[in-house]
Amino acid sequence: MTSSKLQPATRRRWRGSSPRLTPYLFLLPVLVLFAGFKVYPYIYAAWLSLTKIIKGQTTFVGLGNYGRLATDPIFYKALTNTLIILVTQVPLMLGLALLLAVAFNSTLLRFRAFWRTAYFVPIVMGLVAYGILFSTLLNSHHGLVNFLFESVGLPRVPWLADPVWAKVSIIIALTWHYTGNSAVIYLAQLQSIPGELYEAAEIDGATAWQRFWHITLPGLRPAITLTVVLSTIGTLQLFDEPYVLTNGGPNNATLTIGMYLYQNGFKYFDFGYASAIGYVLTGIIGVIALIQFRFLREKQA
Amino acid sequence: MRIDRSPEARVASLAVSVVIAIGGVLMLAPFYWLIVASTHRTRDIFSNPPNLVPGDQLWTNLVNLFVGEGFGHAVLNSTLVATIYALLGGLVCTAAGYAFAKFRFAGQGVLFGIVLVILALPSQVTLVPLFQIMVQLNWLNTYQALILPNLALPFGIFLMRQTMQSVPDELIQAARVDGAGEFRIFAQIVLPTMRPALAALGIFLFLAQWNDFVYPLIVLRTSDAYTVPVALASLQGLSDTDYGQLLAGTMVSVLPVLGLFLFLQRHFVAGILAGAVKQ
Repeated sequence: MTSSKLQPATRRRWRGSSPRLTPYLFLLPVLVLFAGFKVYPYIYAAWLSLTKIIKGQTTFVGLGNYGRLATDPIFYKALTNTLIILVTQVPLMLGLALLLAVAFNSTLLRFRAFWRTAYFVPIVMGLVAYGILFSTLLNSHHGLVNFLFESVGLPRVPWLADPVWAKVSIIIALTWHYTGNSAVIYLAQLQSIPGELYEAAEIDGATAWQRFWHITLPGLRPAITLTVVLSTIGTLQLFDEPYVLTNGGPNNATLTIGMYLYQNGFKYFDFGYASAIGYVLTGIIGVIALIQFRFLREKQA
Repeated sequence: MRIDRSPEARVASLAVSVVIAIGGVLMLAPFYWLIVASTHRTRDIFSNPPNLVPGDQLWTNLVNLFVGEGFGHAVLNSTLVATIYALLGGLVCTAAGYAFAKFRFAGQGVLFGIVLVILALPSQVTLVPLFQIMVQLNWLNTYQALILPNLALPFGIFLMRQTMQSVPDELIQAARVDGAGEFRIFAQIVLPTMRPALAALGIFLFLAQWNDFVYPLIVLRTSDAYTVPVALASLQGLSDTDYGQLLAGTMVSVLPVLGLFLFLQRHFVAGILAGAVKQ
């Protein structure tokens, strides 16, 4: 950049004396950004979680926020809601994704490339966009979905206004948005399973179901592990969909842990309590992800 | 490409194709409805029976949106921020991925462990501290507040490390023997061979920034700093929401990324897979 005469000398010296430094130089931007915008905020949040603003002063209260959380019925409500969505939506989505991947991989399906794109494309729609879209489609009085239901003789459904249906709405929205993404991951893994395995099994007289159970599923295990863990982490952090679709309602029926954190932080400005919720959420995610990893790894061995 | 099929195979083929087609139409239906709704006035969007064909109000809706609500600002902000973010983020994550994949150094395991931990930690925990950092730096309503905190994206680093492992060591070694400097090797040998993965990461980062909502909502306090999703949410929050205008805006927010995605789909899918499956 400066004088070109200087360059060879500096370069030689740099290459000669510090090849050990090279990887750190490549990592430097990431390390600086992590330190400033990840590590420091996480540590700062840990400190905040031990404080409370009393008379305008940030005051150390020890584990007070955590104690309050342990007896907060709204927190348990949020936790229960989050877990209900987790145990229904993740298996539903991954099951559908598995079937889709098998279909996309099968010569039985016509226009495979087109349908693969059709199922994958919802992933590009941002959450505000699809929140707006789904809240108009699912509008109880004027929404298109209820109109179609009525026109085939089904009753109108109070999609976003009823505690149970509001959860169903969120599950539908999540499934619409993310299923294709998981299907594509499974599809890639499917394509890496050697075709000879299937041929050999067929010669041995294995039925289609046996082939699926004994060849396809074991072959997919790495992809299944990955999607189960990532979808679980994502669902435990669920915030966006309830925020735009239901705002946590009706009557906190779709309040998630992520939303409760946000409400405490940015509606009530109780930064200490919000941070405590964040750390409890972190703990829950850590424990569940570890259990899943153990379980899925062990089955693999 | 004609395959002779038995009658049973034909029935099975028809059944599978019909089921997938029905599901596929359901997946695409919201996109179609978005196009329809953005061309109608609010009362025609919610009419009974509903309109299922496009109307003639698209231009009016767009004029209301861009002239009346100054939506152009938001589109400009989002375009600039997402582009800069994708370019810088791609570079930063690739450099880190390169270090992890192609070097052995002290602290490597610990540092990569930190990347994975940050990947798994809920980002909501950092919302409050980041807000306070941005207040102290006087960075509210700025592009850097949007770009910097997530520039070093753990997923991106992970993806590039995985993909980078397929670059042959001999290629890098040969360049070293020829006397090329480390940064030159990175810029002239590693980056070009990584083009497909870079394209994938670039689209991923662009999409993530273009669609990001919660964090921008917190650090953008004035309407001329809004990005597209924040501007849309503010339109939706009005008591007398003009849904025609709102859905036209939603369409404007979806079309560019949809185009980008369809255009570069092959790279995008390939890149996601490279990160997902090889391990």
